[in-house]
Amino acid sequence: MDLRYGPEYEAFRTELRRFLEAHRARAPKARLGEVLSIDPQIAAWQQLLIEHGYAARTIPEAYGGGGHAPDPLISVILSEEFRRAGVPAGVSGQGPDMLVPTLLEHGSEAQKRRYIPPTVRGEMIWCQGYSEPGAGSDLASLTTSGRVEGDTLVVNGQKIWTSTAHAAQMMFALVRTEPEAKKHAGISYVLIPMDAPGIDVRPLRTMTGHAEFNEVFFDDVRVPLANVVGRRGEGWKIANTTLRHERDMLGSAATSEGLFQGLLRTLEQEQVDGRPAIEDPALQARLAALQARTVAMRCHAMRLLTARVRGESAGVASLVTKLNGCQLNHDLAGFAIDGMGEAGTLYRGAERARDGGRWLFHWMFQLGLIIGGGTAQIQKNIIAERGLGMPREPR
Amino acid sequence: MNFGLSEEQGLLDETVRRFLVERLPVSRLRELREDAGGIDSDAWKAFAALGAVGCLIDEAHGGSGLGVLDAVVIATALGHGAAPLPFLSSAVLAPLLLGALGSSAQQKHWLPRLAAGETRVSVAASELVERRQDAGLGEAGGRLAGTALFVPDAPGAEAYLVPVGDDLWLVPTDAAGLEVRALPTLDASRRLAELRLLQVRGERVGAPGGAGPALERALDVARVILAADALGCSDRALELAVAYAQERRQFDRPIASFQAVKHLCAEMAAAVEPARALLWYAAHAFDESGASTPEGPAVLAALAKSHLSDVATFVLRTATEVHGGIGFTDECDLHFWFHRAALDRQWLGGPDKLRARAAALQRWGA
Repeated sequence: MDLRYGPEYEAFRTELRRFLEAHRARAPKARLGEVLSIDPQIAAWQQLLIEHGYAARTIPEAYGGGGHAPDPLISVILSEEFRRAGVPAGVSGQGPDMLVPTLLEHGSEAQKRRYIPPTVRGEMIWCQGYSEPGAGSDLASLTTSGRVEGDTLVVNGQKIWTSTAHAAQMMFALVRTEPEAKKHAGISYVLIPMDAPGIDVRPLRTMTGHAEFNEVFFDDVRVPLANVVGRRGEGWKIANTTLRHERDMLGSAATSEGLFQGLLRTLEQEQVDGRPAIEDPALQARLAALQARTVAMRCHAMRLLTARVRGESAGVASLVTKLNGCQLNHDLAGFAIDGMGEAGTLYRGAERARDGGRWLFHWMFQLGLIIGGGTAQIQKNIIAERGLGMPREPR
Repeated sequence: MNFGLSEEQGLLDETVRRFLVERLPVSRLRELREDAGGIDSDAWKAFAALGAVGCLIDEAHGGSGLGVLDAVVIATALGHGAAPLPFLSSAVLAPLLLGALGSSAQQKHWLPRLAAGETRVSVAASELVERRQDAGLGEAGGRLAGTALFVPDAPGAEAYLVPVGDDLWLVPTDAAGLEVRALPTLDASRRLAELRLLQVRGERVGAPGGAGPALERALDVARVILAADALGCSDRALELAVAYAQERRQFDRPIASFQAVKHLCAEMAAAVEPARALLWYAAHAFDESGASTPEGPAVLAALAKSHLSDVATFVLRTATEVHGGIGFTDECDLHFWFHRAALDRQWLGGPDKLRARAAALQRWGA
């Protein structure tokens, strides 16, 4: 057990800190997270980060990145230090995090050259078209169809839970192109321009009161056949290479750590009968229970990181992150609301709402994440089958 | 960055597990539970020969000079085997206290023989955490009087370490005025006792009024060890549940193929794995007093033991349910771990007590 990173990594960290101090004035004020608009300030910041190897670090130089070898420790230091400095990191989201790795592995040379550079520069926003109203946990039963007409694919159907569709220029979608083939073998991975005629994007208002997602309807949308990634019918296999990545992003220990620190501040500031709420022993007991779970997830992340660095498997431990992390985040936010009592139910915009009502949002949004990206029940199937060797569900 | 067990720690784990399978299988525990002594002294000596008993004793005194994380590896394996061995007293509490407070003569007298498994020393630590009913000890002029409860591994001990306030005393088992009574708990694998002292002459360990910090630290390490034991119990219970679910057939199929059963097993695994990482981290905090563990060892020990206790309670209950009716019988071995984890949970501070301690140590609301 050695939690130090070693001198070369500490040197990288020191240099990064210096960079962030020197350049923080040029950083966009945008909140951390996905880029939802194409903005010259964001693009300039991203360019500066790429030049210094702090964004798109492992993307080959030919496609606009830094060309460095992947290094999990460097990735962790980058995210730690940007968070610490309160400065937006490089652009993230479905494009850089899901599409780019997929194209690097399965895309044609033309697709890589056309799509990767603008995506990593933050000049092309992507959305993911996987789920459908009739295809959730059983994603491979999707029915959005792509009929081949010469060198064109004619797409009809509907996608749902498409989080950035309203801002995106492009969608990577799973489309059934081989209706005669078996369920999993009839699907292709297709890149669809969002300005193509016949696409209708409708915001989907959720229980949080916001519209974090959209529904996307396709009515005879014509897409060049050259926009299929890999071979026709290989879409399921291709999508699965990046789905796992999405699961690890959901329930990240850094999110829990941030929520716990916020919770602590909220309980210190909340006044009950003229005293801080955190003086209540009953609340302290629950807080300590949640702290143990939060620290456990921090340690769990370090354990998985070590396994990645060593190129080893962490076994069943590698399958439990999303199930635990999302539940913990939901519980942390729910506890903050309990700590505020009736005031915890004040909606955003209400004069007396604490922290702009963000705890209510987190509480409900994290429940959404318990369901999204593979439901808790699907996670349990995966843990039992792949982790514990129990019999598979019929598929 | 290397978060996890080293190759040596992996070997240590294997060695202890192999020893327990060969020397102390559950069938042996079934014999020992009928025996008032309940501790197999020969097995303890053989265990000491592996270097496991002297893990927290320095090499100059015949120990193996290992760290708390190594002791956690051993304790997890002992929990996994429901081993009827006096590890908590004679390999953890007594060596830590004698090592921190003992005079050089006391250390020379006790530590090498402890490390070799030739003698056993128990510690009356329970009242440091909380005094129940009439329990409690006083001292005047080097004579000790009162009652100490839940003293671990009493049968066969040569002496007891008895804290009174911020002083530590050593009392030989055959001291005049000392009465030892068994306190049978639900756990057959470890033996607890009540000590009644009637003006018993004690031998001082450490400077007057100077034992406080060493006692605190020894208790915190013991809590991490008990958390490790609870983790070992949970690991074993999950293994037994998964194996049984694969083998037991109902409705013409293994019950492991029912989602209701699979999900229970998945929930157990999901609870256990992050808890394992928390435990390693808490142990590491004692070995490495760097800034890499911001909470510090005492807080982490409280968090680890309270959390692992809840995890073990959940896992043992759930594993019993997966077994169905057979899990409720004495014939099925599972109850040995259910019982053992139940004692681990209460011993040296239950979850509520330790969460309050974590809050106080962090000065929440102060």
